[in-house]
Amino acid sequence: MTRTILRFGKVARAVHWTVAVLMIICILTAAVLYNGSFAVMIGHRHLVELIHVYAGFALPLPILLGAISAAYRLDLRRLNRFTPADWRWLRSRTRRDGTIKVGKFNAGQKLNAALSAGAIAALLGTGIIMYFPSLTRLSWRTGATFAHDWFALAVGLLVIGHILFAIRDPEARRGMRTGRVSASWARAEHAAWADEALRSQRQVEKNTNAAPR
Amino acid sequence: MILGLIALGGAGVVGGKAVQDGLAKVIAPVELHDPTGLVSQIPVGDAFRYYTVTGNVPTKTAQTYQLTVDGMVGHTATYTLADLQAMPQTTLVHDFQCVTGWVVPQVHWSGVQLSALLDRAVPASGATAVRFRSFDGTYTESLTLEQARRADVIVATQMLGGPITHDHGGPVRMYVAPMYGYKSTKWLSGIELTADVQSGYWEHRGYPVDAFIDPSQGGGG
Repeated sequence: MTRTILRFGKVARAVHWTVAVLMIICILTAAVLYNGSFAVMIGHRHLVELIHVYAGFALPLPILLGAISAAYRLDLRRLNRFTPADWRWLRSRTRRDGTIKVGKFNAGQKLNAALSAGAIAALLGTGIIMYFPSLTRLSWRTGATFAHDWFALAVGLLVIGHILFAIRDPEARRGMRTGRVSASWARAEHAAWADEALRSQRQVEKNTNAAPR
Repeated sequence: MILGLIALGGAGVVGGKAVQDGLAKVIAPVELHDPTGLVSQIPVGDAFRYYTVTGNVPTKTAQTYQLTVDGMVGHTATYTLADLQAMPQTTLVHDFQCVTGWVVPQVHWSGVQLSALLDRAVPASGATAVRFRSFDGTYTESLTLEQARRADVIVATQMLGGPITHDHGGPVRMYVAPMYGYKSTKWLSGIELTADVQSGYWEHRGYPVDAFIDPSQGGGG
């Protein structure tokens, strides 16, 4: 049996899949609200709007709730830390050959996380302005609609990119589905993290074996 | 980076209208010559969004369309599309402004002034409000009688330089120029004089009954 490493704990996976479902609900309902042909075909604007708004309001909650877990907070800290090696990795044409040792998350994943988080916050803010028209003056609502449309387009592209990368990498998908990845995949894609994870895993095994029975 | 994007969102809220107006000037001529229609999907923000509150709205033609004026009136009446077209027409060039923020600038509208239909109906002395019904079977809206008599409130039979398409609420819809779009009932089927203002579809769902775009016009109306 090939050796596997724990990549994502239960909390991280739960957060990922809840956010994924909410995001897809937001995107599908957004298409109905924004695109004229879908809007006419589906109708029921108030219902579609309610689903969109509540899915949108709910979307940040799993991320915030996940922060109760220490393992999840550690993942967030790692995602949020850009190192000089990350910038070199982004600029390098041969970034996938393993010369630059990548940690648990590569610079592209960090970039995606930061852009998504910022855009989600901006969408939430502009969405609140649009949903509660009495809060602000009309020109702000026009601006909010404009910003919401563009941020939505950007998030849509990020999500499509995220899914395309996932489609190309079954082992990465397994990591998010089951929590574990093969050691060989980890060494190829996230060498620095693989070293660290395997070292601590061996340490745990040694302690377990050494313990008196 | 996260904070930067939030700031960008904030800047979009405050300055988005100006950027949008500029962008619309650049993209509008391109869109006219775009055979694929893809350009119209770019979120410039100055395009109509189609609001339908029910699943399927029946299609009415010039032959099947009817508008009834009833309620607290001296003369109940039914108008066909041809009847409305035969009456004196009023043309307005005015923005269509949605309460959520989107706006379509300088839309051409024409039709019959609502006040003309009200004069023919002869409202009873107790009538103070006008209620609009839609043949979508669900949507309703209301105006006070005083608002309804304004010269810029029309029963529209044309918009954007042609007959009103089904998706825009045709063949006949309201256009209440000084108010947010939700007052401009689509697929208009009935005008009813009532004793008082009754909240409409979106008003039951939180939007104000007083929908003047320019707040200085509200209150008194």
